[in-house]
Amino acid sequence: MSGAIDLFDKFQPIIDMRAGLLASGVEDPFGLVMERVLSPTVAICNGRETILLGTYNYMGMTFDADVIDAGKQALDDFGAGTTGSRVLNGTYAGHKAVEQALKDFYGMDHAMVFSTGYQANLGIISTVAGKGDYIVLDIDSHASIWDGCKLGDAEVVPFKHNDIEAMEKRLKRIPEGAGKLVVLEGVYSMLGDIAPLKEMIAVAKANGAMVLVDEAHSMGFIGPNGRGVAEDQGVLDQVDFVIGTFSKSVGTVGGFCVSNHPKFEILRLVCRPYVFTASLPPSVVATAATSIRKLMHAGNKRAHLWENSRTLHAGLKQRGFQLGTEAPQSAIISVIMPDLERGAAMWEALLREGLYVNLARPPATPANMTLLRCSLCAEHSAEQVQTIIGMFERAGKATGII
Amino acid sequence: MDRAATAERIAVLIAPFNKKGIAVTDATTFSGDLEFDSLTVMDFVAAIEDEFDIIISMNQQAEIETYGQLVDAVVRLQG
Ligand SMILES: Cc1ncc(COP(=O)(O)O)c(C=O)c1O
Repeated sequence: MSGAIDLFDKFQPIIDMRAGLLASGVEDPFGLVMERVLSPTVAICNGRETILLGTYNYMGMTFDADVIDAGKQALDDFGAGTTGSRVLNGTYAGHKAVEQALKDFYGMDHAMVFSTGYQANLGIISTVAGKGDYIVLDIDSHASIWDGCKLGDAEVVPFKHNDIEAMEKRLKRIPEGAGKLVVLEGVYSMLGDIAPLKEMIAVAKANGAMVLVDEAHSMGFIGPNGRGVAEDQGVLDQVDFVIGTFSKSVGTVGGFCVSNHPKFEILRLVCRPYVFTASLPPSVVATAATSIRKLMHAGNKRAHLWENSRTLHAGLKQRGFQLGTEAPQSAIISVIMPDLERGAAMWEALLREGLYVNLARPPATPANMTLLRCSLCAEHSAEQVQTIIGMFERAGKATGII
Repeated sequence: MDRAATAERIAVLIAPFNKKGIAVTDATTFSGDLEFDSLTVMDFVAAIEDEFDIIISMNQQAEIETYGQLVDAVVRLQG
């Protein structure tokens, strides 16, 4: 039995990091429990009433009365789950209805719904780009994009974040005759910055590449119809594949790809993360379809969300916090912490004030930064945003961040 | 470009990333000896790609652990 290797040895550095963090006495930032959820913006966490500022519930649809009614009705009519793959027994009327809602929302010919956004990226990227093809992607891409690259057989070529020239150079070096897929995001969720999609997509197209844009963090409130950053910059018609999720603005769970590609439907047969997993429960697709249709007419909520984003950005900046972007570009305001230790202390101080934000740490973050990511909700009241700024100020002073 | 000439140009490019100033040989490893983290790897790979006008895909990078392997790969990629 000698020489048996514990396969968990490779996790020792992260075990040590976590132990070190908890030894300093902070509440576990990755062990928070929401005991009760009172609304899209308030929950009871670890026994305390807490304002939620890190949920990506941008449009506050989780408690929308019509959305909830649709879910309850579907539970009654279709049961708790489908127990099957989309291509076998798992496509119900509700799955077709939510795909129709997506086609209407984006004005596109095809929509394919996955069980999560993670699986949508995993499935589309690994299937569309095959052996001998090249995927050119931003280095700060979401984990689901990287994992999609890993699952497939294409050559993977990253470029510096939002660097148009670096992307162009790499595209031009790809051997003649190879297929090319450029993968971009509308909003990058770590710093809340947006991509210069207009310029990048023009370069991609000039070099014969197909383009996939992940619009997870823009749906419902960026662009004239809430279709995202590509729509806002007037280039949605140049995008071959839009990836999105139901777990943020839509307020439930699920993922999707919409496209105008004439052969798109074949993906339902060849995309493994679509085929080899059970479809979403009927209640989930019913809530999603109702929510998506309501997001088509959410002008007032959209305007209030932007107001909240601007107010929080200005308030935090004025109090001396270092932010991820010079000006607010999305509904994510990222507060840069000096290091993980002080970031965790600040995170905990905020929690004690009654505010939940997302603690993001290396290696998930760009340039190994520690970030407190704040995501605003259209249901945050103007008073709540002022309360939040006051909490940041007190916690920032108590922990020496400002 | 032959191996010696390629190695000479890579030696110039690696200098700013060689923070501890260790003597680099063909057996020097990037993650172990040079302690490159993922950000350093990205910047260093970009510098090499631009110098030689080549692509070193992530798939190819995964096969490169030592300085010698990098020089060989760059020689090969220049065709
Ligand atoms: C950019 C991006 N893409 C995809 C996903 C995955 O979405 P989902 O939560 O539906 O798996 C996320 C969310 O975590 C994301 O931020």
